[in-house]
Amino acid sequence: MQVTRRHLTGALAALPLLPMLGACGARREGALTIWAMGNEGANLPELLKTLSLPANMPPIEVQPLPWTAAHEKLLTGFAGGSLPAIGQVGNSWIAEMAAIGAIAPVPASAEPILADQFAAVVDTNRIAGRTWAVPWYVDTRLQFYRKDLFARAGHAAPPADWTGWKAALHQVKRLAGDGNYALLYPLNEYEQLTTLALSAGARMLRDNGARGAFSDPEFKAALAFYKSLFDEGLAPLASSAQISNVWNEFARGYFSVFLSGPWTIGDMKSRLPAAMQGKWGTAPNPGPDGIGSAAPGGSSLVVFAGTENPGAAWEILTRLLSPAAQLDFHELTGSLPARRSVWREAGLASDAAVAPFATQLDHATPLPKVPEWERIVTEMQVVAERMVRGQLGVDAAAKEIDRRADRLLEKRRWMLDKGKAL
Amino acid sequence: MSVRRWSVTLLAAFVTLLTVAPLLWMVSVSFMAPGEAAQFPPPLLPETPSLENYRTLFGTFGIGRFLANSLLVSTLATGLALLFTIPAGYAFAKLRFKGRDATFRLLVAALVVPGQIGMLPLFLELKAMGLVNSYAGALIPWLAGIFGIFLVRQYCLSIPDEMLEAARIDGASEGQILRRVVLPILTPIIVTLALFVFLGSWNDFMWPLIVLADQDLYTLPVALAAMSREHVQDNELMMAGAVVTTLPVLILFLALQRFYLSGLLTGSVKG
Amino acid sequence: MSAADHGREARAGWAMSAPALAAIAAFFVVPAIASLFLSFTDFDIYALADAGNLRFVGFRNYERLIENPLFWKAMGNTLWFVVLGVPFIVALSLFAAMLVNSRWLKWRPVWRVALFAPYVTTLVATAVVWRYLLHTRYGLVNYLLSLFGIAPIDWLGSPNASLPAILIFVGWKTFGYNMIIFLAALQTVPRELDEAARIDGAGWFTRLRHVTLPAIAPTVLLVSVLTVAGMFQLFAEPYVMTQGGPAQSTVTILYFMYEEGFKWWNLGSGAAVAFLLFLCILAVTLVQLKLAKRGGAI
Repeated sequence: MQVTRRHLTGALAALPLLPMLGACGARREGALTIWAMGNEGANLPELLKTLSLPANMPPIEVQPLPWTAAHEKLLTGFAGGSLPAIGQVGNSWIAEMAAIGAIAPVPASAEPILADQFAAVVDTNRIAGRTWAVPWYVDTRLQFYRKDLFARAGHAAPPADWTGWKAALHQVKRLAGDGNYALLYPLNEYEQLTTLALSAGARMLRDNGARGAFSDPEFKAALAFYKSLFDEGLAPLASSAQISNVWNEFARGYFSVFLSGPWTIGDMKSRLPAAMQGKWGTAPNPGPDGIGSAAPGGSSLVVFAGTENPGAAWEILTRLLSPAAQLDFHELTGSLPARRSVWREAGLASDAAVAPFATQLDHATPLPKVPEWERIVTEMQVVAERMVRGQLGVDAAAKEIDRRADRLLEKRRWMLDKGKAL
Repeated sequence: MSVRRWSVTLLAAFVTLLTVAPLLWMVSVSFMAPGEAAQFPPPLLPETPSLENYRTLFGTFGIGRFLANSLLVSTLATGLALLFTIPAGYAFAKLRFKGRDATFRLLVAALVVPGQIGMLPLFLELKAMGLVNSYAGALIPWLAGIFGIFLVRQYCLSIPDEMLEAARIDGASEGQILRRVVLPILTPIIVTLALFVFLGSWNDFMWPLIVLADQDLYTLPVALAAMSREHVQDNELMMAGAVVTTLPVLILFLALQRFYLSGLLTGSVKG
Repeated sequence: MSAADHGREARAGWAMSAPALAAIAAFFVVPAIASLFLSFTDFDIYALADAGNLRFVGFRNYERLIENPLFWKAMGNTLWFVVLGVPFIVALSLFAAMLVNSRWLKWRPVWRVALFAPYVTTLVATAVVWRYLLHTRYGLVNYLLSLFGIAPIDWLGSPNASLPAILIFVGWKTFGYNMIIFLAALQTVPRELDEAARIDGAGWFTRLRHVTLPAIAPTVLLVSVLTVAGMFQLFAEPYVMTQGGPAQSTVTILYFMYEEGFKWWNLGSGAAVAFLLFLCILAVTLVQLKLAKRGGAI
């Protein structure tokens, strides 16, 4: 019996080892960790070297995350209490991170780095009267178009108003010839429709983000315009997976306009054949009457709530946003700097392909800032695709999107009622 | 009959070649220079074999850390699993106690339930225990090895009762009987079980992916999956990463395959 | 044997099984049951931040799943994996087993181990390898097909080819395991029976149908059910190779559960998916038991 008990205690003795292993966090003692995604994460160590940080700073460790797994990682990190000190966060995730209390608001001492930034981008990071994140680089989506075809149709650039724009698309489609279209609006992507909606001035959610406002006349106008682009044969009924090679198709005239962000400029230069260079351009989005709008995008830097040394974290973050560091960052990654003064310095304002992005960012409107937003637009697009395929009318589609949005926002309404939501 | 003999053997050789070709190619490409494999037709052998990719993996990407993590997690998982399952398997086979058969029937029924069912609550449970994002969190599922208990019990059933009775009459305690009489007999199944758990925990992906947030704790599969999303174009590098990840278990299997394959049959013939 | 001995043995029995049973209870049984309870709540990121934001919602998670097209897409994909994958993998395994079992084969253990090897490789690593083998332009698979004049297939980029592509990988990875099980069964088939049929002039296929298959029918069933269960648990394959795409053509139930749970942090809804997955596997197992009983295998 004695030995049996010893045996039992032997096995049980292993159990206390587990919390010990648990406590054995692998993070280096005192080090300050930064999570960053993709290209930015890859170049951040290089950038940090140029910062000339004061000697009393803790050592910095950069952990790169793949973009496609970043959102999970941030939330798992929050759930497991293992968030680092500083993180790169996609601008569309900030509402969520703020709502769950994962990030700390920007302290007054760091406010100056927000000064010469694009207003709409900074506004994206303002929730409940506080700024939660510092824009690091910016982007937005606007139209890439075939200059040559538009020129042959008699337009130096796509017209800025919807009526003129659509008429020009009809001309371009005719020029491109049989079997071709004018526009690529993939049916599985929601950015095209939200861009039209923002251009039409739609608010999309109402009552402090508690309910859908997709039946507003502005959104319905956008929805009807979106539908007409397919009904009139300007855009193919296709999802992005069905377009195997965007570059080839664009070059051969299958479509002449598509919506994308600044990351596409590099691809255009490297993937289009030499003969096509000089035959493409970028232009701000069209609106009902004049330049339309877009959602400000990009990534921000945040300091996570409950980090041990917030002072040092904000110090590093502030330095990462200094004009010199922003310029280095642009040169290393090609990302568009958040600070406007750096745009001038980098000569971006005079780059014909990039300059329209500044114009568009000045005409940008933040999307509703609720954590449920990504799910809402995903549902919106499911309904919009059905509408385009002829299963629903515009009014019925708007109503259905509202119904789905209201359902997704049910928890938020409950939280708002209890005063728990931001 | 000789023609037949050779044709069958040749067919087997051909099928085997097709089967191991991906693995051979993985090794071959891992020695190619960056970008060398992106050609048509795909090159089969490196022009000048180089260790460049491995140097990058261990240098720039610090894959050594992940290798060490994997070794640590798999070794601990194996040790803990043996510690928990061997006495239990033996007890269910040879010791008469109240509720034994009912409990065992429940365990066998639970074999049907896939572990993924409880994954979300398990995460919350470990979060409450403070074990999320720790090696311990990654080890936990390996403690609850019903299959291991089943395997050990099957094997123990063949131990003659007289042997245990003789030891009891000699005055040995139950614990002494387990250690001195039973364990030596169990050696083959212990090797089999250890091999199962080691390979299983080494290859495990979903749970470590969920429970390990900090990159410094990543096991090889989690690290490789993250790298492969970022470096889709760097095929040669990814092949080297795959070699580092899978070669240790492949070698272990080849060395001990007799134990593995025999255990597999014991396990699958469940009724 | 005295009563004291009995007591001693019983205490030892409990003591030896208690640690394992405690671990199983704490980390397997409790979470599995908790999953059911969790599926009746709206546990989400708000609740993760503050447990006070948790509500009991009855069957609402299930109702919403039933309305969710992506859930049905995941179910449909999994069904395709079963319908296409099970016959493919069973046939492949049986073929390999019969080949290795052939009495004219030399060096049998060598082939057996080599054919089994893919099963023990690390799934993530070989998925990375196969993602490359299936590369449209530089992959070995398309190169081999081109030798037969077949145009390159966009294996992982086309919604129609992605699921078969993953199945090819899964087949390669798992057939060795089933082969070993089949081998054990084939070795119980009396050689004389096969020999007699051969002397009677029965061809290879006739003997397969009338001699071999009936003799190993229970094993075919066992392997089929194991494969079905495996198909329900595909996760790392789409995670590494396609991330569920293109156009959600490779989202499996488990992948869907992972996204619901750990991407969107709707743990309530994710738990509902987990529970439905369990019901599916349970149903398959019960069907197996029933069929096996009828066939007299047990």
